[in-house]
Amino acid sequence: MKDHKTALSDLASAQWRLALTLTAAMMAVYFSFILLVAFAKPLLGTLLVPGLSLGTLLGALTIVSAWILIWIYVRWANDHYDRTVTTLRGRD
Amino acid sequence: MGTVDPVAIGFFFVFIMLTLGITYWAARKTRTAEHFYAAGRSVTGLQNGLALAGDYMSAASFLGIAGLVALSGFDGLIYSIGFLVGWPIVMFLIAEPLRNLGRYTFADVVAYRLSQRPVRVAAAFGTLSVVAFYLIAQMVGAGNLIRLLFGLSYELAVVITGGVMLLYVLFGGMIATTWVQIVKAVLLLGGAFLLAILVLLRFSMNPLALFAAAAERYGEAVLAPGQLVSDPIDAISLGLALMLGTAGLPHILMRFYTVPDARTARTSVSYATAFIGFFYLLTFILGFGAMVLVGQDAVRAADPGGNMAAPLLAAAVGGRGFLGFISAVAFATILAVVAGLTLSGAAALSHDLWVNVVRRGEVPEREQLVVARLATIVLGVLAIVLGVVFKGQNVAYMVGLAFAIAASANFPALVLSVFWRPFTTRGAQASMIAGTLSALVLIYLSPTIQVSVLGREAAWFPLRNPGLVTIPLAFVVGIATSLLRPERSAAEAFPALERRLHLGAD
Repeated sequence: MKDHKTALSDLASAQWRLALTLTAAMMAVYFSFILLVAFAKPLLGTLLVPGLSLGTLLGALTIVSAWILIWIYVRWANDHYDRTVTTLRGRD
Repeated sequence: MGTVDPVAIGFFFVFIMLTLGITYWAARKTRTAEHFYAAGRSVTGLQNGLALAGDYMSAASFLGIAGLVALSGFDGLIYSIGFLVGWPIVMFLIAEPLRNLGRYTFADVVAYRLSQRPVRVAAAFGTLSVVAFYLIAQMVGAGNLIRLLFGLSYELAVVITGGVMLLYVLFGGMIATTWVQIVKAVLLLGGAFLLAILVLLRFSMNPLALFAAAAERYGEAVLAPGQLVSDPIDAISLGLALMLGTAGLPHILMRFYTVPDARTARTSVSYATAFIGFFYLLTFILGFGAMVLVGQDAVRAADPGGNMAAPLLAAAVGGRGFLGFISAVAFATILAVVAGLTLSGAAALSHDLWVNVVRRGEVPEREQLVVARLATIVLGVLAIVLGVVFKGQNVAYMVGLAFAIAASANFPALVLSVFWRPFTTRGAQASMIAGTLSALVLIYLSPTIQVSVLGREAAWFPLRNPGLVTIPLAFVVGIATSLLRPERSAAEAFPALERRLHLGAD
């Protein structure tokens, strides 16, 4: 069994890695959307069905992606992270 | 419009009575500084999620974005998205560290393992700048909107807004402010939802039929990107400031102290992001609804900026009574946002500057409460005075400026202090001051002020929002200053911070 200190710093770096990855993912999604808006205006104006342009769809999906990324984090944190924290606290 | 509307005033009066009742109840529970600043840390995840949404969904995002969509279609969505994507960042990097490391202000976290006084002074400088610009934008918006919606004079509207907000914060502290946010968020989400349903009923509940009707009347261009994003660098700079600024707004950060633990902080961000995202999707429908059912000409005639799109739409689909309700909700929205801002500014003045700088942390409970309330009065009066002083001025840029300062002054220092071991007191100070000053100076030199406000031909600095320069600058200054002169005690205290960050306070 690992000692308390190592376990804590493992947890800290796991949390940091995930937080950073998800932050980068959100930025990638958002800035891709902005760049498309800037450079591919006609493409985003393409109508997929009457009333729905590609731009509207991608915009709505950007909002949905924020929800999904948060959901991924909360799932990991409520499950794995909190369990490890409880174990570590219990060992004091 | 422009005449005194009894229905709107009636609804608003009910809201005021209800919230003052809440304030009376909250005032009796507010006995310690922990109640005043942090609602006794007893707010639940759902409540705090609603309150976060209430703090964040300003009148500008309700009336302004609906108007932008009504007048330019798709482009309004770009704005909404910019305001939403900061919330995941709040979740991943900010919410839990704040809850576990601080007490009342974000400076608590930055100063956790550094020298208290220099860090607090620099943090208060950044916080008060953000609060001041955000407050001016809200107060001027309040004066203009309420004149438009209720037919009251600008000055009267500013005084009512400032006065009622002062009652909430002064007597009810964070408990009252939280409940005012919750009531407002429920009303705003409920009102926008109802309005969207009334609109969609005319399009067999199909938003695409609504968008198609808009395209038929105003051309397919309304569904495609227009002029809002013409320069991609400019758009990315603004986007970065909106995204990271959300994670540095003092009134938002302060809300994480009202919940009992890190897990609840997490839950509250999930709720807040769900509500805010849902709300922005609704405003997109409302904007198109106004475009089709009210017509762009009528929207523009009522207010060239489009702010009347949602109220006019309410009148068109729900009659005068519904118009009155939506107007009252807009007023309530402004009041709640201003209350949250004032409370966070008061915390910077009293908790950071008075308690921890002037009195070096040794302050009896009673004095903390008295000073917090004095600070609240100072800020409330200041808000009213600034609202009147800036009457008729173009203050639209001030929200962008507040986000730019929050993103450059607060966010980098917060992240570095929590996640980067070599960070030092001087590094924190330098980063926060560089962030605030560079944002202020570059906004002044940008087209936002030089061309739009001062009417000059060109601006020295090309970007309308300086985030792309000032945020990296604040990081670089903070890191370079820390590496040049390491601070051993700060680095040695890092394991204790890390321990408390993850395991919480004992």
